[in-house]
Amino acid sequence: MNQKKVVVIGNGMVGYKFCEKITAKSNDFEIIVFAEESRRAYDRVHLSEYFSGKNADDLSMSTQEWYSEQGITLYLNDPVKEINRSAKTVHSHAGKMVSYDYLVLATGSSAFVPNIDGVEKDGVFVYRTIDDLEMIKSYAANVKTGAVMGGGLLGLEAAKALMDLGIEQPAVIEFAPRLMPRQIDNAGSQMLQSKLQSMGLQIMLNKSTARIEGEHHITGLKFNDDTELPIEMLVISAGIRPRDELARLCGLEVSTRGGIIVNEKMETTDPSIFAIGECALVDQMIYGLVAPGYEMAEIVAANLCGAAKQFNGFDMSTKLKLIGVDVASFGDNFITEPDCRTIIFEDTHKGTYKRINISNDGQYLLGGILIGDAAAYNMLLQTTNNKIILPPNPEDLILGSRGGSEPAGAGITALPDDALICSCEGITKGAICNSVSEDGCETVDAIKKCTKAGTGCGGCVPMVKDLMLYTMKATGKYVRNVICEHMSYSRQELYDLIHIHNLKSYEEVLDNLGQGDGCEVCKPLVSSILASLWNEMILKKGNDTAQDSNDRFLANIQKGGTYSVVPRIPGGEITPDKLMVIGSVAKKYNLYTKITGGQRIDMFGAHLSDLPSIWDELIAEGFESGHAYGKGLRTVKSCVGSTWCRFGLHDSVSYAIRIEERYKGIRAPHKLKSAVSGCIRECAEAQSKDFGIIATEKGWNLYVCGNGGSKPQHALLLASDLDSETCIKYIDRFLMFYIRTADPLTRTATWLNKMEGGIDYLRSVIINDSLGMAEKWEAEIEALVGSYQCEWKTAVENPDIRKRFNHFVNAPQEKDPTVTFEEMRGQKKTPEWTTA
Amino acid sequence: MTQETINWLAACRVEDAVENGGVCVKYGDEQIALFYFTRRNEWYATQNECPHRKQMALSRGMIGSTTEEPKVACPFHKKTFSLVTGECLSGDECAIKTYPVKVENGTVYIGL
Repeated sequence: MNQKKVVVIGNGMVGYKFCEKITAKSNDFEIIVFAEESRRAYDRVHLSEYFSGKNADDLSMSTQEWYSEQGITLYLNDPVKEINRSAKTVHSHAGKMVSYDYLVLATGSSAFVPNIDGVEKDGVFVYRTIDDLEMIKSYAANVKTGAVMGGGLLGLEAAKALMDLGIEQPAVIEFAPRLMPRQIDNAGSQMLQSKLQSMGLQIMLNKSTARIEGEHHITGLKFNDDTELPIEMLVISAGIRPRDELARLCGLEVSTRGGIIVNEKMETTDPSIFAIGECALVDQMIYGLVAPGYEMAEIVAANLCGAAKQFNGFDMSTKLKLIGVDVASFGDNFITEPDCRTIIFEDTHKGTYKRINISNDGQYLLGGILIGDAAAYNMLLQTTNNKIILPPNPEDLILGSRGGSEPAGAGITALPDDALICSCEGITKGAICNSVSEDGCETVDAIKKCTKAGTGCGGCVPMVKDLMLYTMKATGKYVRNVICEHMSYSRQELYDLIHIHNLKSYEEVLDNLGQGDGCEVCKPLVSSILASLWNEMILKKGNDTAQDSNDRFLANIQKGGTYSVVPRIPGGEITPDKLMVIGSVAKKYNLYTKITGGQRIDMFGAHLSDLPSIWDELIAEGFESGHAYGKGLRTVKSCVGSTWCRFGLHDSVSYAIRIEERYKGIRAPHKLKSAVSGCIRECAEAQSKDFGIIATEKGWNLYVCGNGGSKPQHALLLASDLDSETCIKYIDRFLMFYIRTADPLTRTATWLNKMEGGIDYLRSVIINDSLGMAEKWEAEIEALVGSYQCEWKTAVENPDIRKRFNHFVNAPQEKDPTVTFEEMRGQKKTPEWTTA
Repeated sequence: MTQETINWLAACRVEDAVENGGVCVKYGDEQIALFYFTRRNEWYATQNECPHRKQMALSRGMIGSTTEEPKVACPFHKKTFSLVTGECLSGDECAIKTYPVKVENGTVYIGL
């Protein structure tokens, strides 16, 4: 078979996507790729994550093996320097000459560097490639101040990167009177600006730079208004320039303002040469986003395979998170009255700004801008793109419906089948629903695999999940809140069934109530129920491998495969002698120590095989497991209370210790945190806990269902002025009600949020005993308290359990040789996620 | 037809393996995860390193099945892999190596 030869110049995201698309469509092409950089194509969109933990391999879009499997020849580090169109050959820098039938230019763009006096000085960088980032990183290590030139999308990303690198209050210098002038309006910019300033950025607008000062390396900027800014480094991010020099050199038509001119089939003026991505100028537009670039790759790949596809412009709507602030614009974002009507909602308290533009007849959504909260973005974009008729009160779209129970808009059901859900991969609603109804996908992972939807930026995943559930319901599949394919029950049903059938091990539960062989979802869940019900040692033979990894080894697995050890320090009270024990154990086993948020001490970096000996020593000195690895009670934090504090009303430490001793070791659907404060100053932060107690003149106030985490929620007052015994009785009932009825991995706050009747109902169950369960629950808690054992004590005394902590089954004395550490501030730390 | 000769490593005794779970076997500088799927009376061996974050952890993972496919879940981020083909079942491109296992006279051997 005679293969046609396709040469691709450029191995950026779009060049790579072209390879992926054409090899997926056909085997009729021999593909040769020339790349200027020394790295295979990587994810430039998430480049700034390079500074927050990702490495070059994490960002890489594929592997060397992938290219070999596809039969693609990839020349890295070898830019093409010349195209000979009459001979149909390309000539590389390293001297390779390759002929082509078709040539695809995916040369991308470079950073635009304005012609300012001094740009050549040391300490001035652009922000474009991993190499740029590495140079910025090593330079930033030795300086304290810095700035970014350019207040657009990339400039703000670069500013975030400087913050991550430890530059204090980096300045963003923008020529225009506002940030992101291309995407958002004036009011939105102001909101964004004040948010970013509160996060530690300096924003300097209306600034045009006259020159960069310094002898060999930059020492500051001088502006045209004669002001100055002393800085030690500068990142220029003032826009992009299409890389059209090769095209220009071989006589293809390029625009005077940059960009290789192509038609709607991405053909240049030479029909055997195509240009895609940021180097291509189509209909007077350079598309600086990845999604349209992918679409161009698709068009060339499809057309080479005989289809007739055209590029018809591309939706430039975007949603991103800039330094933690949502920023989105969609549709016609700048259109103003009288061509439309606008609805604007601004909340300077929360820092949100929302604007939607609707047609004059009130029928359609034309576009809009969201700052600070872009949760509605997907729905708004779909409503715009699919010309969905607006509800009578379109403000509901950004404010949520107020008063009535009807949700705003018609939701995903109203979308037409050709609505584009995943714009990175170009997947429609129809394709996603089809994968559920025709191909039987019933998980988001399965849909990702089947359609590729959600594998790009991931922004559409919530919508994909909603579509999946909607399609499953529509096709008559009864969507029950079941645990997994092995257990067709809800957690609550399973809890009661295990209790009624008196089942004691995971295998018994699977044999009696389940099917198949179990999995990582049902195993820990059943183990948790078994522990809540019977409180047997969780590593009892047969149950050990059904525990979540941390429970199985009674320690928390950390980056690098070592474990952290947390002994219980009830109420945060510890004697000097016991402090010294922790110190000497940590020293002996070379552990990193840190005070936790729950007033205890965490020791990191323990080898699996050292855990039993570490606990031998801790137990000998009177310590017990702190259950930091388990879903159950963690700590009961306390303030020092009336024993020392001049404001303290009661002895909060003693009460916290009593509570921690009572509930320690009890397993629950999720972790439980508690605190006791000795007065209303609330130094123990009890109102952020699953159950928190605050001293009053007359007794204790009990608060429940608070939590920190990603969605903090204050605890609500359950009862006031309780005596110590009643308070504990109420906590008994509260905990048992939660343990019996919560969904898996649901904290008390979410449990309450889902509860019909909310806190009033909870109060009637706990205080008025409206279910008549109070006595039973108190007895159940009493049984759990009575059967407490320190798991670590049981573990180290049992040779069979001890054996399980060896790393190698065939070399029990040896530790994992791949574990390594680095030094930081006089202690050790684990290396970043490594690559082999 | 040439037949490849398999080099069998005596990994451990049956009673040293963990029922319905994994152990880690040292083979020179390499680490192999050996799983005794007691419930199905099957043995599997794979590389111990999870390809997602390059962590030596799969032997400590939970095993189970999806439909009929036996699988292991990495303790770090719960990526799951087929114990038969090594394919990632959580939608990622990465895969793990798998090895044949046989049991003779109470000793477990891994084919390399």
